[in-house]
Amino acid sequence: MVDQTLLRIENLSVCFPVSAGLFRRSHQAVRAINNLSLSLHKNECLSIVGESGCGKSTLALTILGLQKPTQGSISFDGKPITGAEQPGRMQRARMAQMVFQDPYASLNPRQTIYSALAVPLRLHGLCNQGEVEDRIAATLKMVGLKPEQAKRFPHEFSGGQRQRIGIARALILNPKIIVLDEPVSALDVSIRAQIINLLLELKAQLDLSYIMISHDLSVVEHMSDRIAVMYFGQIVEEGPWQSIFANPVHPYTRRLLAAIPDPFMIIRQEDMTRKDMQPPPLSGFSYYPEEIGTHDVYQSPPATEFLPVGDDHRVRFIAR
Amino acid sequence: MSAPPLLEIKNLHIDMRSGQERLNVVENVSFSIGAGETFGLVGESGCGKSITALSLIGLLNRPLSVGQGEILFKGQNLLKMNGSELRRLRGNRISMIFQEPMTALNPLATVGRQIAEMFVLHQGSTWHEAERKAIAALAQVQVPAPDKRVKNYPHQMSGGMRQRVMIAIALACHPDLLIADEPTTALDVTVQAEILKLMQELCDQRGTSVLMISHDLGVIAKMCRRVGIMYAGHLVEERAVADLFRHPAHPYTHGLLASLPVLGQRTLDERKPLQEIEGIVPSIAAFPTGCRFEPRCTRATPICRDTVPGPSILGDGSFVRCYHHG
Ligand SMILES: Nc1ncnc2c1ncn2[C@@H]1O[C@H](COP(=O)(O)OP(=O)(O)O)[C@@H](O)[C@H]1O
Ligand SMILES: Nc1ncnc2c1ncn2[C@@H]1O[C@H](COP(=O)(O)OP(=O)(O)O)[C@@H](O)[C@H]1O
Ligand SMILES: [Mg+2]
Ligand SMILES: [Mg+2]
Repeated sequence: MVDQTLLRIENLSVCFPVSAGLFRRSHQAVRAINNLSLSLHKNECLSIVGESGCGKSTLALTILGLQKPTQGSISFDGKPITGAEQPGRMQRARMAQMVFQDPYASLNPRQTIYSALAVPLRLHGLCNQGEVEDRIAATLKMVGLKPEQAKRFPHEFSGGQRQRIGIARALILNPKIIVLDEPVSALDVSIRAQIINLLLELKAQLDLSYIMISHDLSVVEHMSDRIAVMYFGQIVEEGPWQSIFANPVHPYTRRLLAAIPDPFMIIRQEDMTRKDMQPPPLSGFSYYPEEIGTHDVYQSPPATEFLPVGDDHRVRFIAR
Repeated sequence: MSAPPLLEIKNLHIDMRSGQERLNVVENVSFSIGAGETFGLVGESGCGKSITALSLIGLLNRPLSVGQGEILFKGQNLLKMNGSELRRLRGNRISMIFQEPMTALNPLATVGRQIAEMFVLHQGSTWHEAERKAIAALAQVQVPAPDKRVKNYPHQMSGGMRQRVMIAIALACHPDLLIADEPTTALDVTVQAEILKLMQELCDQRGTSVLMISHDLGVIAKMCRRVGIMYAGHLVEERAVADLFRHPAHPYTHGLLASLPVLGQRTLDERKPLQEIEGIVPSIAAFPTGCRFEPRCTRATPICRDTVPGPSILGDGSFVRCYHHG
C-alpha cells in the first residue's frame, strides 16, 4: 500500500514560559500542545475542532514553522521539517501556507493586490516580469477574481473578495498544504457558500491538502474528510467525518456535538436534542477529563492512551 | 382580544449624516414584542441590527439619528422621552447585554460592585444591602462560589463567566425587556449552549421579554418563536420561526437557508456544491432605491428596482416585503 501521509506530527509539545515576575515559580509554563501526534493524508481536508485556547492556532503556527516545538517532530513527505534538519524558510513556504480568518487584517492596506502577490514570487526567484504577471493573473482567475482587479487596494474589495485574495496569496507559491484558520467565520453568511465551494473546488483541482480550524460544525461536516477533536493541547478523538458525527465516543466530542444549535434540527424535532440522538456512551472506559473545563494549563495531563474504536477512529482513554 | 404588545416599533427610520447627505441606513422597520415573548432579529453584519437596538434605548450617536417612526414601550413613545426619563428606564425596565462583556464592564471595579450598583441606582438599596443582593444575583446566573466571585475583577473571569455577570447586571432589576445583542457570538459552542439555556430559564421564570439579536440562525431557532429578517436596513420578512425554516417567503431568506450547509445532509446524500447567493451585500452609500436585495435577486423585475415593496400579509401577523414572494 502506498503511504498516503503527507504531514506527520509526532509527540509534539509546545510550551510558553511564563514571565518570572508574574508567578513565583519561574519555571512554570503554559502547555499549549501536549505530546500531540497527528497525520495529514494527501488530498484530504482534516478539520481540527475544539474550544478556544485548546491550542489550535499554536498547532497551525508550528506546522508553518512560525513557532518552534518544545519537543517532538514534524515531517513532510517523509522528511523532517523540525530540528537540526529543518529546511529553510523558502522551502518551507512551498510546503504549507495559511488562510486567515479575517482577510482584511491579514492584508497590507497600502499594498495593491498585485504587489501583495508579486513579493513572494520575487522572493522565490521568479524575476521575469511577464512570468510574474502571468502567474498572478492565473491565480486570481483560479479564485474567481479578474486579473485587472490586481491594480486595486484591499479596501476596494468586499469581505468575500478579500478572502478570495487571501486564498490567492496562499496559493501563489503552489504549496501542497493550506492551513485554513476559521476561513469563513468572519464573512457575511450569504457569502460563505461561495468561499466554501471555492475551497472544495481548488482542493480537487490542485490536489491540495487542507488543515482546517473551525468551530462551525456544519461547515466541518460539509468539508472534512477526517476530523480531529482537540482538548487542552491533545487530540482526544480522531476519525473519518462519518464516525465522528454518527458515533462520537469521547465525552468532550459528545458535548461539542450536543451543543450545536442547528436550526433545521431544532425545527424538525422540537423536543429532541442531538444528545438524545447519540448512541449510548461506551462503558468500561475512563476518560480525561472527567469534569470538562477543570484542566490546569500549567500541568501536564495524566497518562492516556489513544486506542482504536473503529476504522481509523481513535479515542483517548486514561491509561490502565 | 390580545393585550397590547410590550414594545411596538412603527416605521422606524435611522439616518446617517455624511457631509450634506442623509443616508437611510435603516428604513421603515416595524415589529412588536409581546410580554414574555422572545423575538429574534437576524441579519448579516452591517444590516442595522445593533443600531436598531440602540435606538430603542436612546443610545444612538452622531452621525446616526432616528429620522422618523415611533417606538412605543408600554404605550409610551420612547422617542419623546427626555434624557433623564430614558436613563431611569435603562437598566431598570429595559436592559441590554452585548457580544463582548469586557467592553460593557468596568475593568477597574469588582463584578460584585457593578452588580450592586444596579440595586443602589434603581432600587434605592444601601450599599450594604446591595452587596448581599449581588451575591444572590451571581448565584442565580449559576456562577460557582458567588460569595468569592463578587470580589473578582472582570479580567479574572473567563468570557463565559463575564457574560453571566452581564446577565446578572441586566436582570438585576427584573426589567420588562432584555435586549441581547449577539450575546454568545464570542463564546465557544459549549459555553454558548449554557448561556442560552440560562437566559431562557431566567427570562421564562420572570416573564421577561427578549429582543434576541444574532447573525446565527441556529441561535434564533433555539430561542425564539418569532423572527424578523433584516437585509441592508430593511426588515424583509417577519415570521414564526418554524414557518420561516419550512417555507421562507422572501427570496433573500430562501437563498440564505439554501446556502447553509445542513448538518446530516452529507450523511443522507453525496456532497453537492452549496447553493450560492450571487453578488455582494450593498454598502450604505450604494443602497438601491427599490428593494435592496434586487441586484442579487433571481426573481427581480423592473418594479423591484424602482419601488420598495410594501408588506404583504401572510397570516398570523406575518409579513414579507417582496413583489414575488412565495
Ligand atoms: N505566544 C504565546 N505566549 C504565551 N502563551 C500563549 C501564546 N500563544 C498561545 N498561548 C497560550 O497557549 C494556549 C493555546 O492557545 P492557542 O493556540 O491560541 O489556542 P486556540 O487557537 O485553540 O484558541 C492558550 O492557553 C494561550 O493562552
Ligand atoms: N457610530 C457609527 N457611525 C457610523 N456608522 C455606523 C455607526 N454605527 C453603525 N454604523 C453603520 O450602520 C450600519 C448598521 O450597523 P449595525 O447596526 O452595527 O449592524 P449590525 O449590528 O447588523 O451588524 C453599518 O453599515 C455600520 O457601518
Ligand atoms: Mg486560535
Ligand atoms: Mg451588531
